[in-house]
This record gives sequence, C-alpha cells and structure tokens, in this order.
Amino acid sequence: MKSLVANPLARKALAPEARSTGPRIRALAVTAVVCSLALAGCSGTTKNSVKNDDKPAESGQKANPDAPLKKGLKLAFLPKQINNPYEQIVDNAGIAAAKGFGSSGKEVGPSDAKASSQVSYINTLTQQRQNAILIAANDPNAVCGPLKQAMKQNIKVVAYDSDTAKDCRQIFINQASSEQIGRTQIQHIAEQLHYKGQIAILSATQNATNQNTWISYMKDELKKPAYKNMKLVKVAYGDDDDQKSFQETQGLLKAYPKLKGIISPTTVGIAAAARYISASSYKGKVVVNGLGTPNQMRKYVKDGTVAQFALWDPKKLGKLASYAAAALASGQITGAEGEKFKAGDLGDYTVGKDGEVILGPPTVFDKANIDRFNF
Amino acid sequence: MTTLTKYVRWDTVVTVLLVAVFLAGAGTTDGFADTSNLSAALDDTAEIALIALPMTLLVVAGQVDLSVASMLGLSSALAGALWDAGWTFELIVPVCLLVGAAGGVLNGWLVTRIGLPSLAVTIGTLTLYRGLASVVLGDKAVADFPDAYAKWAAYTRTVPGTFVPYPVALFIVFAVITAVVLHCTGFGRSLFAIGAQEDAAYFAGIRVKRIKIALFAVSGLVASFAGIVYTLRYGSARADNGIGLELTVIASVLLGGVDFDGGKGTLGGAVAGVLLIGLLGNLLTLNDVSNEVQVIVTGLLLIASVLTPRVISAVSERRSTPDQLTPGQLPDQTRLERPSTS
Repeated sequence: MKSLVANPLARKALAPEARSTGPRIRALAVTAVVCSLALAGCSGTTKNSVKNDDKPAESGQKANPDAPLKKGLKLAFLPKQINNPYEQIVDNAGIAAAKGFGSSGKEVGPSDAKASSQVSYINTLTQQRQNAILIAANDPNAVCGPLKQAMKQNIKVVAYDSDTAKDCRQIFINQASSEQIGRTQIQHIAEQLHYKGQIAILSATQNATNQNTWISYMKDELKKPAYKNMKLVKVAYGDDDDQKSFQETQGLLKAYPKLKGIISPTTVGIAAAARYISASSYKGKVVVNGLGTPNQMRKYVKDGTVAQFALWDPKKLGKLASYAAAALASGQITGAEGEKFKAGDLGDYTVGKDGEVILGPPTVFDKANIDRFNF
Repeated sequence: MTTLTKYVRWDTVVTVLLVAVFLAGAGTTDGFADTSNLSAALDDTAEIALIALPMTLLVVAGQVDLSVASMLGLSSALAGALWDAGWTFELIVPVCLLVGAAGGVLNGWLVTRIGLPSLAVTIGTLTLYRGLASVVLGDKAVADFPDAYAKWAAYTRTVPGTFVPYPVALFIVFAVITAVVLHCTGFGRSLFAIGAQEDAAYFAGIRVKRIKIALFAVSGLVASFAGIVYTLRYGSARADNGIGLELTVIASVLLGGVDFDGGKGTLGGAVAGVLLIGLLGNLLTLNDVSNEVQVIVTGLLLIASVLTPRVISAVSERRSTPDQLTPGQLPDQTRLERPSTS
C-alpha cells in the first residue's frame, strides 16, 4: 500500500470533486435526453409531411447528335469493390474502349462493398475534375449527394451494373432488362427440376440494388400456376465474398435437406456454390443455376456439377458504358428519352425511359458453347 | 521514464505528422488544399471523430467499446424503421439516443456487475446490436429523410466563413468539452487513475463501477448520435451501416498515443490521430493510391505508434537505473490482486 500513496494520480483522485462527477455526467446525459424529448413535442417532420425538393438538375443543355466525340476525356470507373472479378472485366473493357476513341480511363474504388465506401471516392474524383464518373452503386441513395455535387461541376455520371437513384446520374447502362433476368432465372431452373421441388437463392449483399430487383421478379414469376409445385425456401446472402458464399451454401443444404436447386444471381456466389457442391455428396442431386462467368464456371460445367448458367458479355457492358459517358461529355446526348448514340462496333443505342440503356438479352452458357468464351 | 519521451511525446509526433501530411498534400496534389476537398474529407471522418471522443475516455480508463459501430447501425436502422412507420423525425432522434444510452449501460453493467473484461463484453454486444439492427430493418434501405435535416450533415453546407461542415463543428465543440473533462477535472484524473491502477483507484475511493457505467453509457449515446449523422449524411438508413467502423475509431485513438493498457494519453493526440487517418486517406485517394496500399499504410502507422514509445522506453530503461519512476507509473510488482467485491 506504500506505493499507492506515492502515486500522485491516486492522491489527486482523492480530491472530493473526483467522486461526485460520475453521477453528474449521467445526470447531464439524462437532462439532454429529456430536453430533446420535450422539444420533439413541439414540431413534427414526418415522412408524409416532407416534400423533398430533389428534382433532377436540368442542365438546360440541348443534345447535339452530330457533335464529334471529344478526345482526351478522363473517364473514371468506380466499381462496387475493387477486387470484384466481374467488375474488373467490365472496367478494363471500358478503359480499353476509352483508349480506342482517344480518351483515357482508370478504375478506382473501395476494397469492400459497403454502402458508404464509394462516397469519398466520388468526392476525390470530383476534385480531380474527371469528365465522367462511371459507377456501379452499392447503395442507390448513399452515393447520391456527392454525385449530384459532381454533376453540378459538369461531370457526367453513368451508372452501370447497379443503378443509383434516378436523379443522381444521367444514364444507367443495364446489362439486360431486370425483369427478363429475374424471370429467366426461374424459367431455367424450373425446366431443370421439371417444375417441382424446393429452391433457394444465394444472393450478394442484402442491399445490392440489382440483386434485389431480380429477386423480386423471381418471386413474381414463381406465383404463376406453372410453378405451384416449386417453393422458394430462403434467400441467403454471401456478400459477394467467396468464403461466406461457400458457407452459406453449406448452411442452406444442411437446413433444407429437401432442397433441389440453388439460384445464385452473382458471379462470386455461383462459383462458391458450385465449388461446395462439386466436392460433396450433393453433386448431381442439387441443381446450381444463376449468373456466372465462363472462366470461373468452366470446370464445374465440365465435371457435371452445373449444367447451365447465364450472363451477358461484361466486356460489351464496359464498352457501352464508356461510349455512353463519352457521348454525354461530348454533348451528343443529355440522358433524355429517345436520344441516340453510336457505341463503336456495338452499334446504335437509344436512351430509354429514365435514362436507361439496355445492352441486350443474357446468354446461356452450357457444355456445348462454353469454350467459345474467354472471360 | 526516458530522456527522449520527456521532450518528445508521441501525440506531438502525430501532430507534427499531421501538419507534414497537410503541407505535403497542399504542395504536391492539385485540389487537396481546396476548401471543398477539405470539407468533404473532414465530413467523411465526422462519425469516426465523434465516437473517438468517448472512446478516448474509455481507453484511458483501461476499457474499450467494440460495439460502437453496431450501435451506430442499430440507431440508423431504428431511425429508418420509425421514419418508415411515419414517426416525426424530432421524436426519432431522442428515441435513438435513449436506445444508445441503454445499450451503453448494458455494456457497462456487464463489465462492472458480471466482472467480464470490456473486450469480451463488447465483442458480444457488437454482434447483438448488429443483429438487432437487422431485426429492426431487415434488408431494407430507407431513404428520403427530410432535406431540411440532411443538408446539415452534408459537406456542402459549412459554418459561414469557414470550410467546416456542421457535423465537424459539432465535433469541435464536443472535443473541447471532452478535453476539459479529461485534463482539467477530477473526473478526468480519476479516469487516468482507473486506467493506471484500477485497484489503487478503488482503494483511493474512486467509484470505479459507477464511472465505468457512465463512460459506456456516454459511448453508446454518442455512437447512436453518430448513427443519426451517418444516416442523414448518406441519406440511407440500413442495418449494415458503419460495419467495421469501430476498428478505425480505435486505430485512430491508439495512433494518437492513447495507451491501450490505459492510464496514458491525451485527447489532443487522439484528435490528431483521427485527422491524420482521415487526411492521409483523402490524400492517397486523390493520388489514385489503391485501397490495399492505404490499408497497409494505416496499419504500419498504427504499429509504429504502438511500438515506437515502447522501443524508446525499453532502450532507455536499459540505460537508467530501474528505481527511477515517473509520476503515474507504478512498478509492476506492486500490482494488487483485484478484490472480488470491486
């Protein structure tokens, strides 16, 4: 105990004020809460009472379809996360396309697919005065403020793969119509299962805009009488993480012994699911279908784990996004419905409703055609 | 303790580093020193900075709260669910704050009454609060919060005449208050005492349990407040908001020279640590340095901040006689057994 008295800290702490401050702080916190509660009674802003004034910033610019494609544009691709293999293919193709028409492109982005991770990147891209930001949004709203800020500085915004809220970008490049993707996923697996049995979905993150839209169309498709003997038992989330998706697959098969099929509409998920099933007793008994890349899925198609899966060509998606961004930055289009632009050898595209440009229908890959694709 | 640390304290080193990063950025990178960039960079650290304040107090007292980011998520999810249900925003805020404080009290209760280490307790509540957030809001994302409030959180609206966004201005006010509490009051001194030698503090008459519960309550309260700021700033209430943020907060605090073993540190150092990680990240991003490299840089800085003072003291201890102790330091062999009643 001798050393205790020698400790000046302990001695100082013996001062009377030291003991009374604890409760005082607590009292302060309580008072603060009570005060704000009282304040809350005075006025009220509810969901129904606010009218948010977020009309899209009309640029007032007119599209000039004959304007030449500008050279030396700076395009920046901002994927959901930097190590997503699928988005790397899209971005690299977009960057290559930009080089082809005399501009430059780069890919930057966060290493995780969190809702807010992209925000600081948008701010820095605005600061770097890029001509266009091409984004695959992790959350349609979280990226909105900074994107609007970018558009105010005359930076063009193109969403691809996963859309932002409509007024936060000029163009959305959709790989295929969401409805088409969602419904064909169910149609394909139903044919494989002869229209009966339990199925599950292995998705990416809980809030991925594109995934959730597809899943809602899948659920809608399942309501049709043709699928009365099929049942969706669970939507699992692998967070576009290989290991998590692998574990979720394992979990699904344990939890639902009668499970007949898994739809994984994400390239990371379907590969992980196929990997698990190929090495387990479920091989040949549980059908895996969904969206994947030929290179990742080749060996599972060849060993019989997976009979078929679908995807669009991500290289074409990147290319189309690049051309759309350049067309915007050159003043050929503004993002209004009905405007047309030329996307190199992909041909002519027309801007649809809400600034949406659709790449085309998905391709189904199977044993017969998979060797013709390398991506 | 050492001749070197007498003159150069780690928090001074961090502050010098912060200034160096700023000057290097302003000199080399276009747009870095622009007020719009600084506003955005500062606003990006708003939640981390806010939570770092109570975290500093906790770490000084030898505790840690790993559940802060989950509480932020729970607060965000709750705000979203209540907003969706048609509640007024003015009522949602105090309810979220109450939930935050209650969550903090639960942490404090488990630590003091059950006697579990705060690391273990808050790893548990980290999962618990995040789970509750998912229960509250599921996989939905609620947007369309009132512009009138959202604008206050955006970096585009700053305190007139400055480039300081409002959440950061609020942080500055809180930081000053916290600094005064930590360094100029008996309460602050008792935190150092608890962190240095909890049993000694107990025997000296400090109400250790009560203070700990209060600290955890404030930590939960501030985390839920940060959840509101986060929700407004991103305009998106989600159950997974702020995942992993607790590690950035703790890294910032430790980088600022606050000793993870408790009993040592300054609030100024912690704030410098927060700003250093924030500004460095912004500078590296502006220079297109990949995220992986950024993470490595932050990690190395952190290791340096924890290691350097120890290496220095180890080297100088070998030179000096073992009997020399600085005030506030107790030789290890005097560590008392913790009485079971405390």
